Amino acid sequence: MSWIDIGHIEDIPLRGARIIKTPVGCVAIFRTDEAEVFAASDTCPHKGGPLSDGIVHGKSVTCPLHNWVFSLETGEAQGADEGQIATYPVRLENQRILIDGDAVGKRTAA
Amino acid sequence: MTQKLVVIGAGMASGRALEHLFDASPDAYDVTLFNAEPRGNYNRLMLSPVLAGDKTYEEIVTHDDAWYADNGVTCRFGEKVINIDRARKVVIGENGEVPYDKLVLGTGSNPFMIPLPGHDLKGVIPYRDLEDTETMMNLGKTPGSKAVVIGGGLLGLEAAAGMAAQGVDVTVVHIMGHLMERQLDEAAGYLLRKSLSEKGIKVLCKANSKQILGDEAGHVRALQLDDGTELPCDLLVMAVGIRPNTALAKAVDLEVNRGVIVNDQMVTSDPDILALGECVEHNGAIFGLVAPLYDQAKVVAKTLLGQDATFVNKEVSTKLKVTGCDLFSAGDFADGDDREDIVFRDPARGVYKRLILKGNRIIGAVMYGDTGDGAWFYNHIKDATDVADMRETLIFGPAFQGGASADPLAAVAALPDDAEICGCNGVCKGTIVTAIQGGATDLGAVRATTKASNSCGTCTGLVEQLLAATLGDDFVMPTAQCICGCTDLSHEDVRRLIKSQELKSQEAVWQELGWKTRNGCHVCRPAINYYLLADWPLEYQDDPQSRFVNERNHANIQKDGTFSVVPRMWGGLTTPDELRAIADAAEKYNVPTVKVTGGQRIDLLGVKKEDLPGIWYDLNQAGLVSGHAYSKGLRTVKTCVGKDHCRFGTQDSTGLGVKLEKLLWGSWTPHKVKLGISGCPRNCAEATCKDVGIVCVDSGYEVSVAGAAGMDVKETELLAKVATEAEAIEVTTAFIQIYRENAKYLDRGYKWVAKVGLDWVKQQVVDDLENRKALVDRFEISQSIYRKDPWAEHAKEPAKYAPLANLTLEAAE
Repeated sequence: MSWIDIGHIEDIPLRGARIIKTPVGCVAIFRTDEAEVFAASDTCPHKGGPLSDGIVHGKSVTCPLHNWVFSLETGEAQGADEGQIATYPVRLENQRILIDGDAVGKRTAA
Repeated sequence: MTQKLVVIGAGMASGRALEHLFDASPDAYDVTLFNAEPRGNYNRLMLSPVLAGDKTYEEIVTHDDAWYADNGVTCRFGEKVINIDRARKVVIGENGEVPYDKLVLGTGSNPFMIPLPGHDLKGVIPYRDLEDTETMMNLGKTPGSKAVVIGGGLLGLEAAAGMAAQGVDVTVVHIMGHLMERQLDEAAGYLLRKSLSEKGIKVLCKANSKQILGDEAGHVRALQLDDGTELPCDLLVMAVGIRPNTALAKAVDLEVNRGVIVNDQMVTSDPDILALGECVEHNGAIFGLVAPLYDQAKVVAKTLLGQDATFVNKEVSTKLKVTGCDLFSAGDFADGDDREDIVFRDPARGVYKRLILKGNRIIGAVMYGDTGDGAWFYNHIKDATDVADMRETLIFGPAFQGGASADPLAAVAALPDDAEICGCNGVCKGTIVTAIQGGATDLGAVRATTKASNSCGTCTGLVEQLLAATLGDDFVMPTAQCICGCTDLSHEDVRRLIKSQELKSQEAVWQELGWKTRNGCHVCRPAINYYLLADWPLEYQDDPQSRFVNERNHANIQKDGTFSVVPRMWGGLTTPDELRAIADAAEKYNVPTVKVTGGQRIDLLGVKKEDLPGIWYDLNQAGLVSGHAYSKGLRTVKTCVGKDHCRFGTQDSTGLGVKLEKLLWGSWTPHKVKLGISGCPRNCAEATCKDVGIVCVDSGYEVSVAGAAGMDVKETELLAKVATEAEAIEVTTAFIQIYRENAKYLDRGYKWVAKVGLDWVKQQVVDDLENRKALVDRFEISQSIYRKDPWAEHAKEPAKYAPLANLTLEAAE
């Protein structure tokens, strides 16, 4: 794993999300609690809705286009809908958000 | 042979180590004890009761003079240690040298003072020792004194509560979103804050301190926050944390990182020097709670006696009593993946419990109000017990394994007798319960005897719950539609409870109404956010994270993820300058589609999210503001040209439209609101299929409401015919306000009017002139907050619309 610093926890509103651009496409960083973040694909497998614009609740996000709900822990669609979004390792260290560069296709120089 | 032991620092940890040492082997060492404070070991945890006036200093002394004398300790209190000569093995005090065979450092910690401008003014103190406590106690002797405490952690809250008990007017300023964020989650933080507020302590969260202001005498006068707010104070207490006091250890070249480094035997990098307490660092950890310090004390005593002992930093639970509120937290309750929550709330008793599970193990627990089972949960965390078998009833603790779920009637049962249930007729809970006990055993009978639920009907659910709670099994509840899976309550119930219980935050709603989830879902959050801002416009702050994408981004999302931008055109009027600005913006941001809307304005479709702040800024420069084409709020006021140009026009319909739009814009409503104003009964503005339609006639204005032209098509119904333009505006405003205050979220005007009946609406906004005026006044209060352009505010923060980071830019190789 190669952890890359992508920002400060306060850059993301509580129960909100921001995107980062990566070699594997747009990845959404969700802040579900004061000190809890998840990273997942920003793209809903249903009609491509931007998940970072959805409502974040518990450890889930609801797609803004047609209300599909995804678990941010597993990436699985909840309820009657069937689908899956990719999730990526992300963690917090001293309030900085770190994402695994390898997982999002970012090779490090070293 | 008796050896010489010198201890630097007479704190709680070193004191406990001496107790263990003397118990095990009273004659092993000759002990000399240095302390910079002019006194021996007292219980610092008890400073808060001293501050609150519940205890005196004498009662919190752990070791008095007699204890030191009995154990042959040479006390050098009030004397600072200047240096240690490790080569000669002597400690050099202000009053001379003392040789040692073994030395124990217990230098404790220093309070951290934020280097804000003005932190060195008189009257700015930490909260650490008896002197600070006395300063705070003395403040209470001057009536009308004010204090500000920076820091909403345990220490800061104790300082605040203590001073409040002395009669001081206290404000707590906390940088994080909720109090004690390291020990508590949001929900428990909310309950704590509520309890403090009830004690008269003001709490400001998410508040950044900017500077401390002083008077001419160099004494603190006020704390100024980032947003310019000034909090006047006679004393400012900083309680933002502690740092290990490592000055002496550093000066004599012991290995020091954040604290003095010790091994498992509590020995520093010098084999004859041990350290313990808040000054040490063990395996990267530093210490602030007393439990691990007492474990360290045991190890220090054994190491001094040459016995084997190993310090292990155990999982720590915190059981606290902050100003009479019971709190408990243990383990890990915030960070990480693959976890599940079990949440229990009992609004009646102000109880909140949350367990955090990973697989079949409890890894964290937060409790508020009832902490009786804390130790039991803590044991399961420590032992990593497999809780699969008792998971269903786990949250109820050891006494209760199996049985019923939480009582859905708890919220209404908890209401006091004077809580207003029926707002229309002013009927309180007590009156209804008395009626039920007097034989009114169904809804119809309650309506007949008390008039409750007899008008608009939105309190029907609550009246039924009162019937159920009072009659028990004799009453069969009709099935009401609950908002979503997070609650058993209906929209109408929640609206009324928000009003009657004065719930002013989402946390309050979740807790007091027994929400079953941590923080709601995409169905209930936007509704609750709306109800709160509609009922408490001044107290509640709109939460963008509880809004659908369009309202959060102030633009309409399109199927490809781009947005559409619609500037407002007041009453459908525009100017060449505005049109030029729109054309320029469309070109500059490569807008693929420009369309004229049905609401008499222009839609720019296909704008990228990151371009939104830029296009808003450009449009703002030409005086164009948000058209709220995306909101559950006022959309458009469609007009015809009226009597200025039209040969049939009877009144200035365009002018009235502009006036209404300027009055109503920015307001949030349960669903979208569209108006139409036609200058004559030919009705070119199609006013009679709008939420409010006004048709001008020779003798005045016909105000009609509850039309629709969407999924349902419905003609408006006449609300009132009025003679003057001013009256038309007043009736319209009052109608919109009563709709805002009473309708279920996402009910369009026509659906809501069908539920409550047009007659009731007429009575409220047409016949009752006093009520009409009150509705208009309340609308205006709300508009003092919301009548402003969201684009102008968001255009100032373009970074929020851009990616947080771009990992595709730098060369990969």
